[in-house]
Amino acid sequence: MTAVLATDALGKRYGRRWALKDCTLQIPAGRVTGLVGQNGAGKSTLLNLAAGLLRPTTGRIEVCGGRPASDPDQLAKVGFVAQDTPTYAGLSVRDHLRLGAHLNPRWDDDLARSRVERLGLDPGQRAGRLSGGQRAQLALALGLAKRPELLILDEPVASLDPFARREFLQLLMEAVAEQELSVVLSSHVVSDLERVCDHVVVLVDSEVRLAGEVETLLDTHHRLTGPRRSTHSLPAGQQVVSARHTDRQSTLVVRTEQPVLDPSWTVTELGLEDLVLAYMERPRPEQPGSPAAAGTDGSPTLEVLK
Amino acid sequence: MIWLTWRQLRVQAATVILGVTAVAVVLAITGPRLAELAKAGVDDVFDKLTSTDVSLFWAGLIAVAAVPALVGAFWGAPMVARELEAGTHRLVWNQSITRTRWLTTKLAVTALVAALVVGALTLAVTWWSHPLDGVVSHTHGGLPELLTPVSFAMRGVAPLAYTVFAVVLGVTLGAVLRRSLPAMAVTLALYVAVQLAVPLWVRPHLVTPTTATVAISAQTLDGISADDRGHPETITVHTAERGDWVLSNETLGADGRPASLPAWLSDCFAAAPDRLTGPVEASPIDPCLERLANEGYTQRVVYQPGGNFWPLQLAEATLYLAASALLAGFCVWWTRHRLS
Repeated sequence: MTAVLATDALGKRYGRRWALKDCTLQIPAGRVTGLVGQNGAGKSTLLNLAAGLLRPTTGRIEVCGGRPASDPDQLAKVGFVAQDTPTYAGLSVRDHLRLGAHLNPRWDDDLARSRVERLGLDPGQRAGRLSGGQRAQLALALGLAKRPELLILDEPVASLDPFARREFLQLLMEAVAEQELSVVLSSHVVSDLERVCDHVVVLVDSEVRLAGEVETLLDTHHRLTGPRRSTHSLPAGQQVVSARHTDRQSTLVVRTEQPVLDPSWTVTELGLEDLVLAYMERPRPEQPGSPAAAGTDGSPTLEVLK
Repeated sequence: MIWLTWRQLRVQAATVILGVTAVAVVLAITGPRLAELAKAGVDDVFDKLTSTDVSLFWAGLIAVAAVPALVGAFWGAPMVARELEAGTHRLVWNQSITRTRWLTTKLAVTALVAALVVGALTLAVTWWSHPLDGVVSHTHGGLPELLTPVSFAMRGVAPLAYTVFAVVLGVTLGAVLRRSLPAMAVTLALYVAVQLAVPLWVRPHLVTPTTATVAISAQTLDGISADDRGHPETITVHTAERGDWVLSNETLGADGRPASLPAWLSDCFAAAPDRLTGPVEASPIDPCLERLANEGYTQRVVYQPGGNFWPLQLAEATLYLAASALLAGFCVWWTRHRLS
């Protein structure tokens, strides 16, 4: 696997607060990688570090084989659609394309024009008057026409309505198929990513909690439902990700390479969203066994194990 | 990058260029009359000035004083700050161009356009005022002479350097404060402070001033000031050439050291009929002045001769440009390392 983005013990601190801690990560080239995490988990920080807008406090980050934003060549390799898809409110759509053409040596003007045309954007329209979805599309067109090796998108659909969301992601995927580029995009909504990602990274509390191929992850994680029982009695190969117990029933999410043979369990497949949520609920591995959350009396209690 | 800089600047630039053009047109219409007056060899051109001429003279000074400050605040301060406010720095800093080049191009183009505009304005105002600036006259019609701090800063090449400095100052403050409005306010305040401080403390020393010892006489006397009780305290005289910029005016005793005025002077003035000060020809205080001179009192005058106009202009322009270069270097460093 060649990595389009590799970090080693990467950290970023603001004052006393670590926005990203000890992040060691490899993101494969040629794939669409989803970066998932709650707001404030460090997604934006990681992506801004990758785009070279931020400088790391500790550790190293390498993107497309170089230090982010170190020179024009490096900048040309990485496209970045920043959070809230900023554009110049006073400049027209046409001006934005001209900006891209002037500032990028590999600029693909035909691509940019055809995208704008397909979206039905009026080239003379000021960007400040575009809808959120149109602005996001314009920002995406700028990022794609730059012809980068890696396109980074920071919460590109966060402020869009469901229809615009779907349309944006669909057009993004078409472009990815045409241009054979690597993509990293972040979202706090897993369902946005489920359709488009083949690799996923989960950030919780400024740390990487899970990273891997979506397919592999789905194959090796199962939801087990059965009579209430202790999680200690599971076979050695089964690692508990999360566990819920009611009076009579236990529901576990386990990770295992082997098939689950115990007939008392009902085994169901997990969707990406359930899988990611199971990891997000899990407390940090160093903290032994404290319950992440406890329900009120009588209601199902969430109990989480190491 | 030059295209983008101009695209983002053109509205503000057009506004200022329009204003400067309007000023230039007014000056072009009214200027020739002044030139005619001066050419006709009128005894004292200032006697022939209309109130409109005087207003225009001051308007020219104010325009040249204000435009660099406004350009610094309105073109300079928002340059980086507005990008940070709108988040567009995250768009433009991820094009295939480094931040350093982005900033240096924007700074250079903006400063150049601003300097050209102010250069044109200064040229127009200097041309218009030339018939008056060139005249060496007793009172100069109550208008400031060329080398006085008021006129000096609005003529020649100094305003161009002020403009470059104002733009760089604005951009730097915008980058540091990250907000347009506070940056504009601070830019204006700091620029005005510098413009006041330089003529007070720096400009007198840019070119070594001349020191002269002037005899106290009715011909050289400029004025006498008295303390609260009416006792004469200080005497000021003028140098041989009108149009010099007098920096200090000090009475020396017979021993050549600074001395206060003798006690008898008060009585002498009191004994003189009527006016203590005023026109100097055959004034009633002449005997008092003669006695002062006889007792060895002289005046030491430190001044910048009128001929130092261009050396001072060049020195001051160099100073401001050097300050701008330092500030620009800091601004680039700050933008590269402190902004995200």
